[in-house]
Amino acid sequence: MSRRLRVNPIACEAHGMCAELLPERITLDEWGYPLISGEPLEPSLVQNALRAAQACPTFALIVERDRDDGRR
Amino acid sequence: MSLTLAASGPSLYWYLTRSTGAVALLLLTVAIALGVVDVERFSTPRWPRFVLDSLHRNVSLLAMVFLALHILTSVLDSFAPISLVDAFVPFTGAYRPFWLGLGAVAFDLLLAVTVTSLLRRRMGFASWRAVHWLTYASWPVALLHGFGTGSDVKSGWLLALSIGCLAIVAGAVLARVLRGWPANLGRRSAAIAGAGAFSLFVLLWLPGGPLGSEWARRSGTPASLLGTRQDSTASSAGRR
Amino acid sequence: MSSPASAITEPPSGRDGDPAGTLPRLLAGIRPHGTMTLEEHLSVHGSPPSVASRGRRRGRDGAEMLIDEIDRAGLLGRGGAAFPTAVKLRAVARARGRPIVLANGAEGEPASLKDRTLMEMLPHLVLDGAILAAEAVGAGEIIVCACESSGASLRSMQSAIAERAQSRDSGPHGRRPKLQVVEVPGHYVAGEESALVNHLGGGPAIPTYRPPMPFEQGLRRRPTLIDNVETLAHIALIARHGAAWFRQLGTAGQPGSTLVTLSGPVVHPGVYEIEHGASLTSLIEAGGGTTARVRGALLGGYAGSWIGAERLHGVALSSEHLAAHDASLGAGIVLLLSEEACPVAETARVSRWLAGQSAGQCGPCVNGLDSLAGTLAEIAAGAAPARATQRIERLAALVSRRGACGHPDGAVNLILSALQAFAADFAEHARHGRCERCLRAAELPLPSRTAGSAATAGTAGRR
Repeated sequence: MSRRLRVNPIACEAHGMCAELLPERITLDEWGYPLISGEPLEPSLVQNALRAAQACPTFALIVERDRDDGRR
Repeated sequence: MSLTLAASGPSLYWYLTRSTGAVALLLLTVAIALGVVDVERFSTPRWPRFVLDSLHRNVSLLAMVFLALHILTSVLDSFAPISLVDAFVPFTGAYRPFWLGLGAVAFDLLLAVTVTSLLRRRMGFASWRAVHWLTYASWPVALLHGFGTGSDVKSGWLLALSIGCLAIVAGAVLARVLRGWPANLGRRSAAIAGAGAFSLFVLLWLPGGPLGSEWARRSGTPASLLGTRQDSTASSAGRR
Repeated sequence: MSSPASAITEPPSGRDGDPAGTLPRLLAGIRPHGTMTLEEHLSVHGSPPSVASRGRRRGRDGAEMLIDEIDRAGLLGRGGAAFPTAVKLRAVARARGRPIVLANGAEGEPASLKDRTLMEMLPHLVLDGAILAAEAVGAGEIIVCACESSGASLRSMQSAIAERAQSRDSGPHGRRPKLQVVEVPGHYVAGEESALVNHLGGGPAIPTYRPPMPFEQGLRRRPTLIDNVETLAHIALIARHGAAWFRQLGTAGQPGSTLVTLSGPVVHPGVYEIEHGASLTSLIEAGGGTTARVRGALLGGYAGSWIGAERLHGVALSSEHLAAHDASLGAGIVLLLSEEACPVAETARVSRWLAGQSAGQCGPCVNGLDSLAGTLAEIAAGAAPARATQRIERLAALVSRRGACGHPDGAVNLILSALQAFAADFAEHARHGRCERCLRAAELPLPSRTAGSAATAGTAGRR
């Protein structure tokens, strides 16, 4: 079971805490909005990713599990 | 046990109530200031956003812990007839009902804020935010409660602390209002006017009110307790 | 600049929608003016089949049979996304909860007229399809969504529903689904599926974040089938004549006929029915030919792609052929640009409009489209910063797939295809500034200010 990051672009207000807490996977564009790759998270990063999702003031960052059938 | 304590001086609980109350006020002040810092999205390389945001959340929770201790010790303190109910239901107590009641109001508001913040993820952002505004309402109520109920309000350090906190919160409100000026001009002007009016009111009221003579009687201390060493008409009792 | 002239459709020229599989099909029997009544509709197309009884006769589930037929026909959605209709039907049918059907006639695309034309003139075809789709998925309620600016289609759909309520001949359906017409705002993103659901649920007509998808949890958290009104019209005919009939026209990958809105410098702009794979030339001929030399064609509307004049010859209107040009028909829009117009100025103008049509919810869209429009305006004015084209490409990469809906992606598509198709004009502008054609009246149709923008529809103003 792998986990991926995704962002709800409507909820996102460019606070940028996610990029502070998970710089390995999240960078900010010139307007402060997160750039996230959709690849599965390495197991060593999952804890920090969950922390980053917790820290997001608007709950825009989501750490989701892949469903078993490969669909998200 | 309590009779002996009464005979020998202000009880331990009285000291704890006063001190935890003062600390709670201070922590709430810092929490509000940090909340504004949060919304202003202030950060430095050494103080990234997530740190300041965590600080805001943790200081707020700590304030609630001290608030809980404050309430507990005031109930346990046998000097004044304060029951646990008085902490939740305002204006029904026997001891300085109005001023104590303000404390219950502030506590109720903060309880709503705390519970909704702990259950944020289940609520939806918009509802959570709407309740969170109540913090601005709870603070002035808490301050007035402190001035009105405190039997040592004339003591220099507590007065200085309270006025200092007032200055910090007024400054935080000003900073918050100025951000995004002049959008929603009506609400912003009302906020500034309200903060200014409240500060002015406090400064004008204090001398003739809590700092004035016979405040204990005027504020609703039960007659049986008046004249004992723990009310503010006594010149030296209660002062550290 | 007014929108394209109201639909002028070809007279049937002796053919009607017979099972011989020729054109016109949807437009068969259409009157030059006025709505086709229920009686006329039934005389041209016959009664719609009963899904339930057909199933009973074969000893199978009638709804499954209908979906299988639509699957075999290979019907793709006509709202622009070309999603396989049968897949959508099955997904809704299998989802938990009693489904609702939305007939999407919102048509926020300025250069498209087919949906309002269909609703205004052939409402019973749309209703037949909607009712059949409702039976296929087990829905008890159908909501027809019409653009608030198109009073004629609103009234026409309402009258058609009233007609059916009075008549008993509209179909041997046991329990009829509840039918109603609802107005939808006219701004660009209002017709997007989640925006439609949002609006009908009492919110603003702007997209929401997905998951969950509307087919699983849409209006009132129930599975919601959202089909373009033309798609439903095709279902009405496939149910009558079958998949093989449907496939007699069109290509293997894009079977059947489709409605296109032809506009620009042609004698008779309007709505035409073509078979997929028809040549662009034949469409223009049907439209009476051009009235000016053509500089390029925009296919698919303002989320679509430009094809320069030099490559237009031999272009066939099907996804397979157009893929070679990085283009698609989208919601059946063919917009011609004359040589009188300046493609750079027009692109700048449309991209500014598209930026304004952003719902304003997602940072990359709001900021990105604004920056893109700004840069294009600078290029058009000859005040382009150095490496403006690279900036546009960089912005395009920053914007794509980072919004909650496809709006920014469509705008990027339009802009990048314009840079390619009109590379010479862009280079000229960057060097020399405005050309003489910039001063002429704008050609590409955009709604007037009163049509409203997504922002006034009530966006989240949390910034």
